[in-house]
Amino acid sequence: MTLSDIDSTGAAPAVPGASLLEVDDLHVEFRQRSGVVNAVNGVTYTLAEGQTLAILGESGSGKSVSAQAIMGILDTPPAVVRGAIRFQGRDMLTMSAEEQRKIRGPGISMIFQDALSSLNPVYSVGWQIGEMFRVHQGASRKEAKQRAIELMDRVRIPAAAKRVNDYPHQFSGGMRQRVMIAMAIALDPRILIADEPTTALDVTVQAQVMDLLKDLQQETGMGLILITHDLGVVNEVADDVAVMYAGRIVERGTVDDVFTDAAHPYTEGLMKSVPQVEAKGGRLQPIVGQPPNLAAIPSGCPFHPRCAHRRLGAAAAPGRECATDVPPLRLVTTGREAACHYSEEVLGA
Amino acid sequence: MTDQQQADLRHDEVAAGTTTGLASPSVDATDDRQNSLWSDAWGSLRRNALFWVGAVLTVLLIAMALFPGVFARGVDPRACDLANSKARPSADHWFGYDVQGCDYLSNVVYGARNSLIIGVFAVAVVLVLGVVVGALAGYFGGFTDGILSRIADIFYALPLILGALVLLRVGPSTDLPIISDRGPGAVALALALFGWMTAMRLVRSQVIAVKSSDYVAAARAMGASNSRILLRHILPNAVAPVLVYTTITIGVLIAAEATLTYLGVGLQRPAISWGLQIAAGQDSIRSAPHLVLFPSIVLTLTVMAFIMMGDALRDALDPRQRA
Repeated sequence: MTLSDIDSTGAAPAVPGASLLEVDDLHVEFRQRSGVVNAVNGVTYTLAEGQTLAILGESGSGKSVSAQAIMGILDTPPAVVRGAIRFQGRDMLTMSAEEQRKIRGPGISMIFQDALSSLNPVYSVGWQIGEMFRVHQGASRKEAKQRAIELMDRVRIPAAAKRVNDYPHQFSGGMRQRVMIAMAIALDPRILIADEPTTALDVTVQAQVMDLLKDLQQETGMGLILITHDLGVVNEVADDVAVMYAGRIVERGTVDDVFTDAAHPYTEGLMKSVPQVEAKGGRLQPIVGQPPNLAAIPSGCPFHPRCAHRRLGAAAAPGRECATDVPPLRLVTTGREAACHYSEEVLGA
Repeated sequence: MTDQQQADLRHDEVAAGTTTGLASPSVDATDDRQNSLWSDAWGSLRRNALFWVGAVLTVLLIAMALFPGVFARGVDPRACDLANSKARPSADHWFGYDVQGCDYLSNVVYGARNSLIIGVFAVAVVLVLGVVVGALAGYFGGFTDGILSRIADIFYALPLILGALVLLRVGPSTDLPIISDRGPGAVALALALFGWMTAMRLVRSQVIAVKSSDYVAAARAMGASNSRILLRHILPNAVAPVLVYTTITIGVLIAAEATLTYLGVGLQRPAISWGLQIAAGQDSIRSAPHLVLFPSIVLTLTVMAFIMMGDALRDALDPRQRA
């Protein structure tokens, strides 16, 4: 039996013609005694079978929180999630907790940044991978172990049959992340969310883990959402990229387009802050200022206090004042969207 | 860094083409059943000498409680001759005689049953109450936690001995099932009812710490249910401190039984228990120290046996502690 034969038991039937995942005007806020923290403010995107979407942003941009909201693993309260998350056409936010739970695993699955703390220290890795089959498919212990070994082989853990009874602390960082990936792909999910999967790994291992994810995606045709702040990883793996700032998507397009010529000043700033071989010897240009406090997001365009292209007061075109008018995410050229009043000036700048 | 981790690293480097490395180790055909937490723990316990010493002692004590006649060499603990009062140990009577002139070895052996029943039964109740209430309070938090923790606080306000004293004093005049007859069951229940709060606090704080860990979020992201997360992922990581605490508590509770007896509300003669013996022996500790010495030694051995097993169990349940 190969893994692709395993059907997604328990997952509700798909609505025909619906795309794999549609996130529609997603808002997440955390209500605290000191005030409301707006972590995600109206994020919209779709993901198709076999597509790799990279969500790029710095710490606190809402990229991880939006993924956790899709996964349904945010504690509510304090979190409040609004909008719609449609998996195969059915809104996950309106279904019962039990229906939602059945989608996790066979429908949508997730890998976390720190594999050591994401694996339970008291169980062997084989037990943890096998748990997926025992819980979702009622497999016997023997069968679960056999399939755990197959999966460990598939994510290229050497001597899988020998190491299946080892514990997480006996594995190196790269191997642990492979175990985590094995768990996440165990039930052949239609969507895999990878939340900074390589941040805790060193560079050579990073490349292997990304290669592995890419290969697995080609084999299974799953949709991959890659959450990262690493521009190199995005460039290497992703088809499309969505750049997030202060809980909003500020730019979206294919990786080639966005990386060649940014349409939003924030993306432009990100590109300039990364070392490039061509610009050897020159100085890196940081983005001035601090990321916004999510409890007090600036008015108008949230990026305007740090923006080199901003136009305030009389300098601005009517209805496009950076400090008062919120720029909508709009089509700037074919297949490119940006949330900037003056994208046309940023493009080609 | 362990050998395994170094091997992994070598594999990573080989795959990345940074070194040539060696062929990966040959695959062992191992047992094809999935190892559970408990079977792995048992595998580790089996190799722990500490566990075996504790286990042998415990089995011996349980055998003593079940078949006291064999260990007392057929001597009736209630066949007494005042002429032998407080006689020192001799070749025929290893533990000597007590104040009433009864064979002391036989008395100590017969005491095992009541003392063990009280210690083990009380600790079992403490463990169950502590783990269940603590896990619920820690996992669900908020309102549930508030109510359960305040209940524990109310019990905390009553000292163990005072609470048990009142309950056992009032008990016989009620018609509650176990409490009304003043046997070992009533004593055990009274002690457990006023002694479970520390276990509950321990479990609660552990559960709160483990609950926010990444592997619990990961388990949820993989579609595990609430009960599975609590029973399979949180509790095994949270029980270690409470196991150690309860093994030590067995001794404390057996000793507390002695105190209750001394205060006149625990077991009463003609019942036989180590608590009664220690309490009675204290009166004549100068003239006949062996009356306190022997039951104390057995009590200490009992407590030690449970502590050793608890320590071994804690290590066995934590894979990082395994050799």
